[in-house]
Amino acid sequence: MSILGTRVVRTEDPRLLTAGGTYVDDLRVPELARASRVTFVRSPIAHALITGIDVSAARAAPGVVAVLTAADLDDLPPPPEDSGLTGTEGAPLPLGGPWGEPLFAVDRVRFVGEPIAIVITDDRYQGEDAAELVNVDYEPLPAVVGFDAALAGASLLFPSAGSNVAVNGAKEADAATFEGCDVVVEHTIENQRLAPVPMEGRAAAAHWAAGKLTVWASTQNAQIARFILAGALGLDPGSIRVVAPDVGGGFGAKIGVDRDALLVAWAAKHTGVTVKWSETRSENLLAMTHGRAQRQVIKIGGSRDGRILAYRLEIVQDTGAYPRMGGFLPFLTSLMAVGPYDIGKVEAGYRVVVTNTAPISAYRGAGRPEATAAIERAVDLFATEIGMDAADVRRINLVPPEKFPFASPCGAVYDTGAYAEALDKVLAGAGYQELRAEQARRREGGDVLQLGIGVASYVEITAADAAGGETARLDVHGDGTATVYTGSSAHGQGHHTAWAMLVQAELGIDMSKVTVVHGDTDLIPTGVGTYASRSLQLGGVAVQKAAVDVKEQARRVAADMLEASESDLELDIERGAWHVRGDPEASRTWGQVAEHAGEEGLTASVNYTEGQPTFPFGTHLALVEVDTETGKARLLRHVTVDDAGTVLSPLLAEGQRHGGIAQGVAQALLEEMVYDPSGNPVTGTLVDYAIITAAELPSFELLRSETPATINPLGAKGIGEAGTIGATPALQNAVIDAVSHLGVRHIDMPVTPARVWAAMSEARDGQ
Amino acid sequence: MKVSVSVNGGQVDADVADRTLLVHFLRDVVGLTATNVGCDTSSCGACTVLLDGKSVKSCTVLAGQADGCEITTAEGLSADHGEMHEVQRAFREEHALQCGFCTPGMVMATVSLLAENPTPTEDEVRSALEGNLCRCTGYHNIVRAVLAAANERRTS
Amino acid sequence: MIPAPFTYKRAASVDEALELVTGDGDEAKFLAGGHSLLPLMKLRLAIPEVLIDIGRIGELSYIRDAGSHIAVGALTSHDELSRSGLLAQELPLLAHAASQIGDPQVRHRGTIGGSLAHADPAADLPAVVLALGATLVVRGPAGSREIPAGEFFQDLFETALQPGELLTEIRIPKPEADGWSFQKFAKRGIDWAIVGVAVQGGSVALVNMGPTPLRASAVESALAAGSAPHEAAAHAAENTSPPDDLNGPRAYREHLARVLVRRALEESRTRA
Repeated sequence: MSILGTRVVRTEDPRLLTAGGTYVDDLRVPELARASRVTFVRSPIAHALITGIDVSAARAAPGVVAVLTAADLDDLPPPPEDSGLTGTEGAPLPLGGPWGEPLFAVDRVRFVGEPIAIVITDDRYQGEDAAELVNVDYEPLPAVVGFDAALAGASLLFPSAGSNVAVNGAKEADAATFEGCDVVVEHTIENQRLAPVPMEGRAAAAHWAAGKLTVWASTQNAQIARFILAGALGLDPGSIRVVAPDVGGGFGAKIGVDRDALLVAWAAKHTGVTVKWSETRSENLLAMTHGRAQRQVIKIGGSRDGRILAYRLEIVQDTGAYPRMGGFLPFLTSLMAVGPYDIGKVEAGYRVVVTNTAPISAYRGAGRPEATAAIERAVDLFATEIGMDAADVRRINLVPPEKFPFASPCGAVYDTGAYAEALDKVLAGAGYQELRAEQARRREGGDVLQLGIGVASYVEITAADAAGGETARLDVHGDGTATVYTGSSAHGQGHHTAWAMLVQAELGIDMSKVTVVHGDTDLIPTGVGTYASRSLQLGGVAVQKAAVDVKEQARRVAADMLEASESDLELDIERGAWHVRGDPEASRTWGQVAEHAGEEGLTASVNYTEGQPTFPFGTHLALVEVDTETGKARLLRHVTVDDAGTVLSPLLAEGQRHGGIAQGVAQALLEEMVYDPSGNPVTGTLVDYAIITAAELPSFELLRSETPATINPLGAKGIGEAGTIGATPALQNAVIDAVSHLGVRHIDMPVTPARVWAAMSEARDGQ
Repeated sequence: MKVSVSVNGGQVDADVADRTLLVHFLRDVVGLTATNVGCDTSSCGACTVLLDGKSVKSCTVLAGQADGCEITTAEGLSADHGEMHEVQRAFREEHALQCGFCTPGMVMATVSLLAENPTPTEDEVRSALEGNLCRCTGYHNIVRAVLAAANERRTS
Repeated sequence: MIPAPFTYKRAASVDEALELVTGDGDEAKFLAGGHSLLPLMKLRLAIPEVLIDIGRIGELSYIRDAGSHIAVGALTSHDELSRSGLLAQELPLLAHAASQIGDPQVRHRGTIGGSLAHADPAADLPAVVLALGATLVVRGPAGSREIPAGEFFQDLFETALQPGELLTEIRIPKPEADGWSFQKFAKRGIDWAIVGVAVQGGSVALVNMGPTPLRASAVESALAAGSAPHEAAAHAAENTSPPDDLNGPRAYREHLARVLVRRALEESRTRA
């Protein structure tokens, strides 16, 4: 029986549990033995001209090795020519030209937390002291905060651009779209700004010696990081080595390396001093990229029998101070706007605006949670308007099985799916009818504690950049062990376990003998890394293909050893032994075959580029209890189907779902990154930025569903972001449902107690 | 100032700056890096260690306050021959860690919880761990691991 | 993340603590559990030049039955308060409130004296000792004095403690009325209360409805005049000045105060 699909505990864990992981700040490699410490000086003001920087006091402080500012950036290549990107190309690329982002702020700061200077000291404690002594003069400019201020353009972040609208992918409304709709509902909603908050913040260390730069970075992509470093520092990629040690969470915010890490690397090269940097949590909340931040106008139309005929989604994306991803995020939102529904007419468009806040980038789901949240709100609003059960409306409109592959009106082609089945499975698992009955009882009784049931059906796109492929190299050694070099870059996802399972399943080499290596560009020069839920369906497939290749090589070698023809050779997976069919006693071990294979040994390298984006789907149901006197919502139960095709490791898949659900729930109930009108962050510490704890969550009810992908031999789609995508709208819909009988139609996220109470009060006053 | 601290059963004597936080003492002076710093407002619990047997956030304790005390870190839980402590075993068995950054603190908080309450209910486990933030696991498997460890202790 | 430099001194006794603080004047602060002070110092919102660690003064950690009152040493930890059999019997309000502070790690280190001296109106124990009519015993260079809780909390993070004085004991009269309740409303279990209510008999105190913990005197008067809980609770927001912040506007806190006072009074009655 294959090990694939079975419950296997992780090989990563013993080390992580007994010695702790080795994150950047833990590194004890010889090059970093006497590393100095980098501390950033950051702008305390959101929008201002820099009129002077005085580093003299800082330079004289104890333990200071160097103080660097923009004035020292004299050894960099000129910024690239304006690429001419409009940002609507559907690529996650920064807009250049007038929107270019410097390394140090030069004469203008655009967000609180923007790097102004670097202090290099012997130790960390001295660094904080010295950083305080850097004196910067600012001439404040009017801050642009919020969608309206950005669109109004009274104050511009980039005067030469002439506008705060960095990307225009807007779609004009066509009057014909909603023709024939008996019912039309329109609403403006917000998908609020979030902070990713990986438990390990950003960190990097850099060592420059003999013309070679070594950078250790808390990154999801060592190879992409190297590429970025090469371009930014004007170095040949061959003279850069990037190492990703253990990484304490990324969630999309640690893709490649950002400007702060670039500055650390540059500082090492510029001064010749080996340096280490790890940010504080306050810095992390200020200056690591944020996520989401879309204002959405949703318009949904249909007939009273529940059929949805038209949907329009108009997005304004706040991208923060610099458009680092162009229009990529709302592009994905538009691509997935119609969700799992068969709606005839869909319009989706976006504009991207800059504001004096931290730049926005990918955060678990990256554009797709926004799409699902929008249409799931719209469907609930439509259902309420026509007086039909929200689950029934969904069932009527979900793409039916016979329509796959389904070419959506938004331009995506959904590969495989069983959407109504997922919905019904969740409803059955939750005991939907009983829940509605209990809800009705409590409404009848006027109970203080009301039940809310929220449903969200979703489809999402994983491996959106499948064309970029993923690499794997497999070596089988003379001692019978094997090494996998993977382009993927796990930061909690358990690839070492999963890839070892693949090798064992294909070759019969026990997992305990398989070492997996990732994240070192010296060892793995080509690879993409881990984001977009791509790793299993691309990186895992690459590992399997390498194993198949190795198997065929071994067959030839073993045939030679056993003096038989290749077609008579069998591999006994259980024993991991090669033998001639019918003669299992006379076998050869993997080690023996590898030894016999000659100088090259048994090795295969694969760059798997035949993958395509895949479309996992599911349904989430949230059951909440809302205290109607205080507005506080409590999540009682959360039931899901998250179908990402064939499951390789149930343990790992469930873990991904759990983590995504928690983050999704947290967005709905608790989290928001808030700036005041002057651009000062209000939620600048974990006291105020409320990430969710164990005490606010129940155990989750995960139901099983596997509708294989057809594009790859593993039948796999990506599971990493599904939980986030499905959970948020389920929670939001649930809390609104709990008070909908009081006249509440919508509450923006996070649905805090104060907001629920305000919505109830407003509904009551309006009646 | 001079401090003398017993760490995982071994005596450590050092002269450190007065403002040295216990977490930095453990990481940078003693060289035990399993204990992590995850925030600056005593919120996240990644720095949790045992101080005289009780869980504390070592980022909110001065090394000077730990003078003469006994500290246990995650590294000190495993037996000499590297065998995992029952709580660590349970964490592995239940897939209660992903990136691992919050894990040492989570494990120490668990050890402290089970010392004070050997048979916690699920609700008690969740409340007891509210000072330990995790961004990867959603806590579902962590709770299972704690309950499993409690169960193992009870039945052994 | 790192406090500004300071000099660390340790006192082995109350006398030594007073000696040290007198010597260092304004720039010295006492360090008990450190869970109010150190977080401020790490963000450099507090920059004392000298820290006098009083955490080892064992003589200040106790919970004693002194006949008409319970005497609690200032260095008793929240964890010890929450586990005390004596408090469970005589002052369950205090024991329960202590068990709701922060998380277990915080409770292992935080002390009642530290919390009261810090005087954060969003903290739980200041309102509790106010509701319990406690007397705070303070020792200073001029000797000992006793300050009623109602006079101790003077303004935001300001108490009646003079420079050079150390809070040593909290004396809590054994309540005449058994009924008690503690209602702490927060978004998450580890958060400070958005609004909180402490009730002991007819005594009602509010958490986070002003710059100091407040007695809900209008509620108390109504109760004394025979009002039912929901009638008395209608007065909960009178003479309060709750903050307007991320957790909600003033009107919301005023509404919460009324709801929570009513619930506290109702629950208290079930225990009377």
